[in-house]
Amino acid sequence: MPVTSNDAPVRTLTSPTVQLLSTDGAFAPSDSAAEFLPYFERLTEADYRKFYRDMVVVRKFDTEAANLQRQGQLALWVPSHGQEAAQVGSAYATRAQDHIFPSYREHVVGMIRGLDMVDILRMLRGVTLGGWTPEEHGNFHLYTLVLASQTLHATGYAMGMQLDGATGTGNPETDQAVIVYYGDGASSQGDANEALVFAASYQTPQVFFMQNNHWAISVPVSRQSRTPLYLRAGGFGMPGIQVDGNDVLASYAVTAKAMDDARAGHGPSLIEALTYRVGAHTTADDPTKYRDPDELAYWVARDPIVRFRTYLQGLGVEQEFLDSVDEEAADHAADVRRRALEITSPDRSVIFDNVYAEPHPLVVEQKAWLDGYETSFDGSES
Amino acid sequence: MTIADTTTVAPASANLPMAKALNAGLRQAMLDDPKVLMMGEDIGPLGGVFRVTEGLHAEFGEKRVLDTPLAESGIIGTAIGLAMRGFRPVCEIQFDGFVFPGFDQITSQLARMRNRHEGGVSMPVVVRIPYGGHIGSIEHHQESPEAYFAHTPGLRVVSPSNPHDAYWMMREAIASNDPVIFFEPKSRYWPKGEVDFTAPGTPLHASRVVRTGTSVTVVGHGAMVSVLLQAAELAAAEGISLEVIDLRSISPIDYGPILESVHKTGHLVVAQEAAGFVSVGSEIAATVTERAFYSLEAPVLRVSGFDTPFPPAAVETHFLPSPDRVLEAVDRSLAY
Repeated sequence: MPVTSNDAPVRTLTSPTVQLLSTDGAFAPSDSAAEFLPYFERLTEADYRKFYRDMVVVRKFDTEAANLQRQGQLALWVPSHGQEAAQVGSAYATRAQDHIFPSYREHVVGMIRGLDMVDILRMLRGVTLGGWTPEEHGNFHLYTLVLASQTLHATGYAMGMQLDGATGTGNPETDQAVIVYYGDGASSQGDANEALVFAASYQTPQVFFMQNNHWAISVPVSRQSRTPLYLRAGGFGMPGIQVDGNDVLASYAVTAKAMDDARAGHGPSLIEALTYRVGAHTTADDPTKYRDPDELAYWVARDPIVRFRTYLQGLGVEQEFLDSVDEEAADHAADVRRRALEITSPDRSVIFDNVYAEPHPLVVEQKAWLDGYETSFDGSES
Repeated sequence: MTIADTTTVAPASANLPMAKALNAGLRQAMLDDPKVLMMGEDIGPLGGVFRVTEGLHAEFGEKRVLDTPLAESGIIGTAIGLAMRGFRPVCEIQFDGFVFPGFDQITSQLARMRNRHEGGVSMPVVVRIPYGGHIGSIEHHQESPEAYFAHTPGLRVVSPSNPHDAYWMMREAIASNDPVIFFEPKSRYWPKGEVDFTAPGTPLHASRVVRTGTSVTVVGHGAMVSVLLQAAELAAAEGISLEVIDLRSISPIDYGPILESVHKTGHLVVAQEAAGFVSVGSEIAATVTERAFYSLEAPVLRVSGFDTPFPPAAVETHFLPSPDRVLEAVDRSLAY
């Protein structure tokens, strides 16, 4: 497929919010869910258990990381509390050969792709600007802190997949696609919009997964957009769909279809996952200054983990399993905590290393100078 | 940083304008490495507004010469993703003044990507920017923004002054595993010069003495080099011998030839089209003062564009450093 195939057929897909589970945990697919049921039907009970386990484990991890920050062990923490279903469902819709470009709140997506959660804490503890090697961690790329910058990197990477002939061949075992995470706040950035333009122009194998958690720090989504965000996709010439992001099964099914379509060469699409940032933006934030407690209560009542647990209990999943997951989550959090406290500071040479691929005289000179300066104090203590 | 050892496609040498020399350098790089891509606005069938990519779309096709949507951040941002994937994108920014919509992707992303990945990712991306005045154009089409990029760790910044250097520096820039901001002095796109396709040029980041002299050292880059050479001719008629140094690389700066020259002349004048405040010239003045204080017989003087927006073209000759403005500074330096 030529990279500039802008003669691709225009696909539009706009529908009311897709939901498989009602807010009280009953299996009650919305009318709009019909075309996604085949994707849901791929799942087995073993998958459900993984989904549940991961949501509970990351919730506990999130609490532990916030505690570490409060105790001065992290510079900052970025909670994902409340967004677990959107993230777990979409992450399980990726395949090993896919590439994931996160924003900075997709901790459980990284976990599902094989990332050690301590690696995320390393960045927030201030010992690295990155933290892991994407190729060795499920193609889960580094967090990007300038909002929406990663949407363009993802689109460029997806263009590269096309140029390599690594997608759209019809073989789902090898065809590749990209999923990029961003949010309702980032949707206002120029880069997010330029990425949608480029993706549509080149028909990239790509899913734009926008978690609308309703708040960009203190500014509500109503300030970002006067229209439901998924409707913007149509203006760019790609399908857009809104899903209940607190419904892990719907998040999975909708993303699975979009990723399958992307791998098969049908082009990009945009998913708006409706969810809620139950916690603060970061540990430096105080949402009580700008949020209505009734709104918070409304969303807490729609907690994605509670909803899915109710569903599982309805299926007859034993309490023993649910208890064992709680125990595993506590063990994982404790293990992360212990290892986070063992993170050591890097050598000062990281200031200078890897600024350039090939030596740059200023950096070389300054590294040598700092070494000489710092070691000049070594003898003074004796 | 090695250039593939392939049979050159051009004759052994040719008398070419810089635009065509750059075109030959791009073409050779594309022949050498299938991962080299061109990206930009109007660079396909049109060949770019300055025709620097002329013929490449026809020869290499739309998968390697990508006419992009009209969005500079999009061009740089997607080039970063392509570089992560193993490609070597060469991005054309249409005019100097249009680079700023892509500034965040260049300075916060492209420049830092390798560092953030602790060396695990390389960014062999070239950003080509036609720059500078002397062409009588409208606002945002005559800027010299090189200092912004030279100030950014992680970037390399270069600017050729003649067709031969343009050819070889472009090939080296594309071969570099670091991002290179490649400033093309557009007033020098059309004058012809001899390009020797068989002789590897001066290394990408080396400065070079282009005219020897004994009285005053004058340093500049890009289009300013021809202004300095004109000034040297005029000065010679008055018995003043200028040593002219073509900076070629703005980050890093190769101080070797500059210091050697200053040790000899004791006088240094730095010329640039950009505003002088916090400029490349300021940096050279500071460094030479630090490293050659006892050789200097006068303060290092700067000849710059004024600290104003680039003016309407009707008065650009009053704004841009001219040979006479350079000589005024030379006289002031010698008067110390």
